[in-house]
Amino acid sequence: MIISVASGKGGTGKTTIATNLALSLKNCQYVDCDVEEPNGYIFLRPQIQESKTVYLPVPHVHLEKCSFCGKCAEFCQFNALAVAKENILIFPELCHGCGGCMVICPNSAITEENRSIGVVEKGKASHLEFVQGKLNIGEPMATPVVRAVKDEIDEEKIAILDASPGTGCPVIETISGSDYCLLITEPTPFGLYDLQLAVEVMRNLRIPFGIIVNRWGEGDSQLEDYCLKENIPILLKIPFSRDIAMLYSKGIPLVQAHPHWKANFLKLFEGIEERLGEATHHH
Amino acid sequence: MKQLTIISGKGGTGKTTLAACFAVLAENKIIVDTDVDAPDLHLILHPTILSQEEFSGAKIAVKDKNKCTKCGKCEEICRFNAIRDLKIDYLRCEGCGVCVHICPEEAITLEDKPTGYIYNSETKYGPMIHARLKAGMETSGKLVTEVRNNARKISEGGSYNLIILDGSPGIGCPVIASLAGTDLALVVTEPTLSGLSDLKRIVGVAEHFKIETLVCINKYDINLKNAQEIKEFCEEKGIKLVGMIPFDPEVSRALAQGKVVVEVSNGPAAQAIHELWDVVSRCLFHSDN
Repeated sequence: MIISVASGKGGTGKTTIATNLALSLKNCQYVDCDVEEPNGYIFLRPQIQESKTVYLPVPHVHLEKCSFCGKCAEFCQFNALAVAKENILIFPELCHGCGGCMVICPNSAITEENRSIGVVEKGKASHLEFVQGKLNIGEPMATPVVRAVKDEIDEEKIAILDASPGTGCPVIETISGSDYCLLITEPTPFGLYDLQLAVEVMRNLRIPFGIIVNRWGEGDSQLEDYCLKENIPILLKIPFSRDIAMLYSKGIPLVQAHPHWKANFLKLFEGIEERLGEATHHH
Repeated sequence: MKQLTIISGKGGTGKTTLAACFAVLAENKIIVDTDVDAPDLHLILHPTILSQEEFSGAKIAVKDKNKCTKCGKCEEICRFNAIRDLKIDYLRCEGCGVCVHICPEEAITLEDKPTGYIYNSETKYGPMIHARLKAGMETSGKLVTEVRNNARKISEGGSYNLIILDGSPGIGCPVIASLAGTDLALVVTEPTLSGLSDLKRIVGVAEHFKIETLVCINKYDINLKNAQEIKEFCEEKGIKLVGMIPFDPEVSRALAQGKVVVEVSNGPAAQAIHELWDVVSRCLFHSDN
């Protein structure tokens, strides 16, 4: 089963929920898909056992075969190639790795070579299996790294996917194929506005979802009114508390400092199973 | 004309709060929300929209069912798994056009895909450009660039001397698009271990693109030990730590009312933001002296 944890807005507590839920379950895999700013490792302190480089294929032009006809550059939708007098300029950061230039070249002058854009790391955090991806600094395209991270999902386990903030391409890549999505929000005007964007995405993708409210108690009732009106379940509320914020700042998981919270996360998971109509034997 | 981009790496650290405060405190500026994924600045600056344009930042493959002979070549060649069971998944399609080229029946064409809206607006503090990416759409980087182009166009006719850009979280394409060619990056961080971790990565990005960087710590007093660690990191890197904003409930109170904290409060956070702006504006406008 794949449960992804997303939010329209940053800083709402995705990683708090994802790590604590993972720590509360047995036979679980924590998968950090926020490859731009992975944070799960701070709380789970995994031992990394394996590291794989993520490559994207980029064109390599063999100038001795090239007739400088310019068809490759003309074809490329991402402006990753330009033809100069007797040279071809390649802009690797713009290349999406579609392979089109290679296909189109009438002289078979283009092959591909691998360019490293990030890394996938695997390891263990006590009983948990841990996976994270890291986009190289300065690289714009996070999605291929997210894809590589998702290749490590173990279908025999409950995979908890921690997404990046927003509703852009890396988030879509993360949540697509999930059985359920938890949307984390906070009771502020920002939280509500961004939640509405995220809900739109869930509905487009037809992924069943529910809401977790973090920092509960600091705002007004607008959020609850919205959920009621839209018939969206609020599955868990985490109170606004200095103690919880303090634990977060130190990188200490909530369920570690306060084991009674495990029951809440377990209940949350059971609630999801029930909603999916498959009360199975995962724990 | 100077450009200041506010970034954070981590989400929820207070970029938008600060951008709004600077919009109030700065003179002759244009305000730009480059967080096109989750734009929030309009929720506190309450712009009046003057004009709206649709933005087509991407192409998408569209198939003519009548011409398709189900040969499956398109599905085979697509590297993005965007064609499954001969159907094109518009969320996965990157618009590269390889399927268009390979199709023997010319059943596929590339069409413009509307990916978002750009708004040219007016606030009581000056012009504001913002946008909204349609849910689940790609090419946020291109939309950011287009938003910035709109701001530049407005700047040409006026007496503006500053563009304030509210960035998005992360280090990927929208952030890079909001940083490119900017004069100064202000990183807002918070004294948590994840704040520190993300700070290190975003500072790396600014370094990579050779952009002068300043750092300020929001809610610095919620964990003094981590704040100290951020301070040491900045010293090590030779980056100026230009502000320490204390935790102050008046900030979230103002936010909840859709107001800018420096407009409605004279509390400790508001005072620290006034001081921060003094330093940042000096760095922007007098750095050559």
